[in-house]
Amino acid sequence: MTRYMIRRTLGALVVMWAVATLVFFMLRLVPGDPIAAMLFDAGDAGAIEALRHKLGLDQPIYVQYVKWFWNMAQGDLGASIYGSRVPVTQLIAEALPRTLSLAGLAFVLAVVIAVPAGLIAATKRNTAADHAVTFGAFLGLSMPDFWVGILLIIVFAANLQWLPAIGYVPLKEGFWPWLSHLILPAIAVGTAFSAIIARMIRSAMLEVLKTDYMRVARAKGLTRAMLILRHAFPNALIPVVTVMGIAFALLMAGAVVVENVFAIKGLGRLLIQGILNRDYPVVQGAILVVSAIFVFSNLLVDLLYTVIDPRIRYDT
Amino acid sequence: MSERAAIADPGAEDEAPPRRRAGWAELRALLWRDKKALVGTVVLAVFALTAILGVAIAPYDPNAMLYDMMGAPSLAHPLGTDDLGRDLLSRIVVGTQVSLFIGVSTVAISLVIGVALGLYAGYYGGWLDTVIMRYIDLQWAFPNFIIAVYLVAVFGAGIVNLIVAISLAFLDDFARIARSMVLSVKEEQYVAAARTTGASDTRIIWRHILPNVTAPIIVQATVSVSYAILAEASLSFLGLGVEASTPTWGLILAEARSFISRAWWLGIFPGVAIMLTVLSINFIGDALRDFLDVRETGNI
Repeated sequence: MTRYMIRRTLGALVVMWAVATLVFFMLRLVPGDPIAAMLFDAGDAGAIEALRHKLGLDQPIYVQYVKWFWNMAQGDLGASIYGSRVPVTQLIAEALPRTLSLAGLAFVLAVVIAVPAGLIAATKRNTAADHAVTFGAFLGLSMPDFWVGILLIIVFAANLQWLPAIGYVPLKEGFWPWLSHLILPAIAVGTAFSAIIARMIRSAMLEVLKTDYMRVARAKGLTRAMLILRHAFPNALIPVVTVMGIAFALLMAGAVVVENVFAIKGLGRLLIQGILNRDYPVVQGAILVVSAIFVFSNLLVDLLYTVIDPRIRYDT
Repeated sequence: MSERAAIADPGAEDEAPPRRRAGWAELRALLWRDKKALVGTVVLAVFALTAILGVAIAPYDPNAMLYDMMGAPSLAHPLGTDDLGRDLLSRIVVGTQVSLFIGVSTVAISLVIGVALGLYAGYYGGWLDTVIMRYIDLQWAFPNFIIAVYLVAVFGAGIVNLIVAISLAFLDDFARIARSMVLSVKEEQYVAAARTTGASDTRIIWRHILPNVTAPIIVQATVSVSYAILAEASLSFLGLGVEASTPTWGLILAEARSFISRAWWLGIFPGVAIMLTVLSINFIGDALRDFLDVRETGNI
């Protein structure tokens, strides 16, 4: 078990190293000179050389790589090439809580909707309720998340005027202001995930309900609620937990897009604005952080999995 | 991994080969039985026809600025006009062409490259397998959409880069499926028989193995088209895709973003087009999965 954990953790670190290295080299192979972008394509040759020297870009690429890696290991990701050259770590530190708030709330909302929906669909198989859940799940998977955001803005912000259409308010300025700004984007991000979970719970429950131990439990004369909630549901959760890592990835990918609909200055917006402005240090930093979130949340889920399902042993 | 797909389950590696062959008559019977697939096919056919005819059936020039700006849906403009006075229906019709083209072409490219990588990796094993699969596994650790964003970050925006980015982003799904299928059939007797007749490796891979591993690849390709359409729409919406002169559904929505509080139709109809297309493909994919007897490897 310990060996498994160590091996998985090392594996995750190797993936992060590979991503960092790939990003470093690929961004330097791209057409479009970052120095020219920094000088807004207007600098003369001398200024370009001076800046190139100042940023160490005149050194061989492997020297740059070692330097960059060393700085990164110490938490220095460089600075934005625009304006007052804000350090990338600072930009990320400001953006990260927004994205995590959004993804977290989306997760909670999605699960709160999906779990009862999946349970109802499975226990009332082939009824109108089941068909409604199944169709709803299809629909949820077929709507682009940013469009769900647009629909929500049209209905709840523009017409009903119940909730704000854009922006973000930190939690420390009050729960309701925070929630009211996040609830629409969270629904937009969580819709597809909710559809996936509902479908998974439905099919996992149908599998479990067929098993012998459920027949025994029924034979003991347990109530229906007890059967479903105490005996079937915990077992149906196992396949759902396996997808949590991917689920989180899905929520992050959704957040990247949806932040741009609601003008929330999170990681996604930082990344996209960085790409559009050719602000390479920012792009590089944002990619690294987004990747780290994926890699380590997957790792966490893998390790959690062994706790939730004691039948799983990684002794090798 | 597909962001909305490929919830890998532990058994995903050892799929059984399909047990039966699909005939046209059976396919027709399937459509008749599965009403969702029938509806999906009809709707998709309408969109495909729209894409083929394109400008020919658009009521107006999609880029012509008429005098009626942000006009609500009316008889003259069934879906209304945008902020520059362009007919929304015409723009969606022309957008169908670009969006479907990108959806289908990206999947075609990633299918060809991904399947080839998976076939060779699985067939030869050894260092080739290790090199290819290390890379595929690295890509597998991230959602396809994020991979596409990363690639656009490297290559820059624009329609060609968008196609390259989406194609590469979907490679890993095909490579993994093809590889696991090869592993399940390469010890079969018909492969050994082909080898004893002196067939070359290339011939064995393409003539003997490939035809027996197509079912899961067809299913994956079908659902991938829907993810590719969503990915294109998202990237175009973010400004990372096509140039402003080419209307795609995602771009029309991006342009509409500032005006949706005053002109709801701009925010609704392009999204409905995306949703109907993707929903139809998902219906068809679901039916194909049952029909070709491909076990749901967690693909949703």
